[in-house]
Amino acid sequence: MVLPGTPAAPLRVAIIGSGPAAFYTAEHLLKREDLGVELDMFERLPTPFGLVRGGVAPDHQKIKSVAAAFDKVAADPRFRFYGYVEFGKDVTLADLREHYHQIVYATGAQTDRRMGIPGEDLRGSHPATEFVAWYNGHPDYQDCQFDLQQERVAVVGVGNVAVDVARILCRTPDELAATDISERALEALRQSRVREVYMLGRRGPAQAAFTNPEIKELGALGGADIVVLPEEVRLDELSRAALEKSQDRATQKKVEILHGYAQRTPSGKPRKLILRFLVSPVELIGNADGQVVAIRLVKNELHATAAGTLQPRPTDNLEELPVGLVFRSVGYKGVVLPGVPFNDDWGVIVNDKGRVLDPDTRRPVVGEYAAGWIKRGPTGVIGTNKPDAAETVVSMLEDLAQGTILTPAHPEPAAAEALIRQRQPNCVSYAEWRRLDELEVARGRAAGRPRVKFTRVEEMLAALGPRQKA
Amino acid sequence: MNIASLLAATSRPPIAIRPEQSIREAVALLSRHNIGALVVVNAADAPVGIISERDIVREAARNEQVFTRPVSEIMTRDVITGLPEDDLLSVANLMTEKRIRHVPVVDKGKLIGIVSIGDVVKAQRDKYRGEVETLETQILADQK
Repeated sequence: MVLPGTPAAPLRVAIIGSGPAAFYTAEHLLKREDLGVELDMFERLPTPFGLVRGGVAPDHQKIKSVAAAFDKVAADPRFRFYGYVEFGKDVTLADLREHYHQIVYATGAQTDRRMGIPGEDLRGSHPATEFVAWYNGHPDYQDCQFDLQQERVAVVGVGNVAVDVARILCRTPDELAATDISERALEALRQSRVREVYMLGRRGPAQAAFTNPEIKELGALGGADIVVLPEEVRLDELSRAALEKSQDRATQKKVEILHGYAQRTPSGKPRKLILRFLVSPVELIGNADGQVVAIRLVKNELHATAAGTLQPRPTDNLEELPVGLVFRSVGYKGVVLPGVPFNDDWGVIVNDKGRVLDPDTRRPVVGEYAAGWIKRGPTGVIGTNKPDAAETVVSMLEDLAQGTILTPAHPEPAAAEALIRQRQPNCVSYAEWRRLDELEVARGRAAGRPRVKFTRVEEMLAALGPRQKA
Repeated sequence: MNIASLLAATSRPPIAIRPEQSIREAVALLSRHNIGALVVVNAADAPVGIISERDIVREAARNEQVFTRPVSEIMTRDVITGLPEDDLLSVANLMTEKRIRHVPVVDKGKLIGIVSIGDVVKAQRDKYRGEVETLETQILADQK
């Protein structure tokens, strides 16, 4: 067999997903000068970029600027984008095996972990990720309802999603109006009666996951005073000893900033953002209508594990915090893809350096790969996906050199294109996405906003007008 | 980042051996899986020791009959174990300070994985690379 990988017989690769890991995989493949390659990227939504569009907070536009690098990748003539084409529904794994030599799953971690406590499903208790998807205009989440008439809100967790949610809840309408937050969320937040937002961390200030820039930003909000309880940020002996030993400057600074906040007296801004430490939710309490009215917290103390990590241990000390709205943000988790080996405990596709493995034999499944969060779990920043994708591409090229690739019956691009258009006549090309992008930016310009997003699939398809059918 | 996510990233089941098995079997396992240490577990899957290639080499230098002896005779008994919720950083510190190269990971008393010094170095390298990459992208965006 003559192996593909030349300009005359290019390696045909399907990438599922269009977030950072998907684009970095494409970039690494396209920049190989010794490789003849063609990439088709499949995205369930008409719009690309995954969490860059649907996760990164609307008031953090600079982080979204990474999309410019993705545009460059997409401009390569060997790259094609098939938006609004769902893997497992519009095209199946069996279809892809007929048309591609290699398939890469870069679908991310799309669901949240549960707290596992009573009352978690009461009305008014939500995964933070749904709120994020809603305010970022993700079409799947536009019908979610969040009762922003409640005055007191708890955000469980102190990671970056929790920080984003708490900050967006505390932003003033004017601050929000300068972002690309969805129109629907902007209007709902304009009417918001939220007065107190509690962020709840299990451990102490020295162990909190948020970064120093994030915590500084929380202390400089126009419409909310930050409140920190002095007794909760005082370092215990174990934390003090650990910090002294590690001499970790970022953590020292974090503790310093929090101690500074503990000294502040509220200046009378309309809202309060209260950072709580060393507390874990044990139960959500509901009223007769099944609506959350309070969260029961247990106070924790820290103890050191054998490996030296400081972990929370519950005391007998309970506390009830009256809140009418709860967002849990205790981690993301991957979602099973039809026909793809998945480790449910870890929320990832079983893989070795990006090669999908059969979970029973631990042997690679020929032609299938994973990149990004679905490969390694939800850790790291956007840029972490670049070395991650590089590792997967190395595995792909090693396998190509060995001839361990799929042998599709129809490797020619026209065959794939015809199949996709037959299955999803409304599929969206990259050029069409760029038109949507320009329309969104133009709608925003009038209002002094970075963009005004389309938040419904029908709206996006209508904006593209009558389409050329292949 | 915690050990659970590191285990997810390597998605590799731990390779274990029983104390009554022979050193020969241990050598075969180390070689077959291309690894440097085996966790020794009892019938309940709880770690009772660890045996490394170094332990075996040290013993072999003294006693050429080492291969027929049971693992229990030369394994290290006071093994330090980690938990899925341990921070990557504390495990990195532990390995550096105690000069150990493998930490078995235990959940509810049962062995669920093993973290090697190589895994920890890789996780830290990837973390820093990712941060540098993100910062560079943002600085470039600012310059435009």
